[in-house]
Amino acid sequence: MADFVMPILGADMEAGTLVAWRKKPGDRVERGDIVAEVETDKGIIEVEIFTSGVIERLLVEPGTRVPVGTPLAVVREDRAAAPVAAPGPPAQSRVRISPAARRRADALGVDVRALRGTGPDGAVTLEDVERAAAGRAAEGPVDRQARMRQAIAAAMARAKREIPHFYLGTNIDVQRAIAWLSEQNAHRPVTERLLPVVLLVKAVALALREVPELNATWTGDRAVPSAAIHVGVAVALRGGGLVAPALHDTDRRSLDDLMRSFRDLVTRARSGTLRSSELSDPTITVTSLGDQGSETVFGIIAPPQVALVGFGRIVERPWVVDGAVVVRPVVHATLSADHRVTDGHRAGLFLAALERHLHAPEAL
Amino acid sequence: MNEAEIRATILRILGSIAPEADLAHLDPDTSLREQLDLDSMDVLNLMIALHEALHVDIPETDYPKLATLNQAVAYLAQRC
Repeated sequence: MADFVMPILGADMEAGTLVAWRKKPGDRVERGDIVAEVETDKGIIEVEIFTSGVIERLLVEPGTRVPVGTPLAVVREDRAAAPVAAPGPPAQSRVRISPAARRRADALGVDVRALRGTGPDGAVTLEDVERAAAGRAAEGPVDRQARMRQAIAAAMARAKREIPHFYLGTNIDVQRAIAWLSEQNAHRPVTERLLPVVLLVKAVALALREVPELNATWTGDRAVPSAAIHVGVAVALRGGGLVAPALHDTDRRSLDDLMRSFRDLVTRARSGTLRSSELSDPTITVTSLGDQGSETVFGIIAPPQVALVGFGRIVERPWVVDGAVVVRPVVHATLSADHRVTDGHRAGLFLAALERHLHAPEAL
Repeated sequence: MNEAEIRATILRILGSIAPEADLAHLDPDTSLREQLDLDSMDVLNLMIALHEALHVDIPETDYPKLATLNQAVAYLAQRC
């Protein structure tokens, strides 16, 4: 048996409201199926399951708000429940938790078995307990906009408190990239045209292969590099706020494929129907201000990621080529990086690799 | 399709892209991007929706010719 739990959809999420079940007891589910809809400050999220099997029981009624980690359903897994270990102590005693956190959980009536610990080796900390209790109590007529603002505030305050940021920036001549893009788009029907941001995102993904420590997750005492490159792309929402859902396996997909997914992501981000995996697993974030924005952005890293790449508006600037001043479209690219994980030299190599990839758009 | 119908089609599409906008008070001679805070994805979605509704192919190099509501109506009226 396995629990299907309220997922953490971003470091800032404390609780979510189960809005609807898409499956009922007895239904077969395959890994990746959408099982439930959950409302968070990022809108209605379609929650996928990561095991295959049969839904045994639903534990939570639609309309209920529960802390992250709370079991929502029980699933009978396909793998014949092989006993994993010798009969051991009951499950409850396996929860790693400090005595202080245990006392606080008892006082607040928080079920520590339902929590995902953020301490060393996944231990439940005092803060985890407080957060779970706060999430449960936070129900009220607060509108989504205000909750999203609070969530951004919590995540960004945590990032600035815990992550020793450093910043590098460089101007990149994107003449070849823009010319190549215009040439491509001239031959394409409007439904298949590419936007510059897709080239930028793909170039980031390829550069990450060369400096892989920037594509990682901070686990409390060290960074764990991710084998997969899932670039989260910041999408501004109309009326304020933003989300940064992942374009999965960014480095391995064609520009056409990425463009289709990106357009779909932006549409769903703005209508509030993202999927759980898109919000929970970006391994780095890209923020691109687009052609209405400023020239430079130094972003804040989204925990537990360890880096963020920013692109300003593409502008025409005087540029020196072979000793002569010419006019070139230029983008200011910045890297915000976690100094616990990397340093200026490696970060500089990343920006150099990014520039090299943008100079060869046909290979993206 | 006459100009009034084209105008109504554009406004309907803009309403779905920028649902919070007050389209009744749109200035027909000021940039749509500025007034409605459209980003490049919004502009692409506008062009795709116009293509689907009016069966007009709009090359990327012509996007600046549809910058305002009046310009867009004039551009599309010549082609459909």
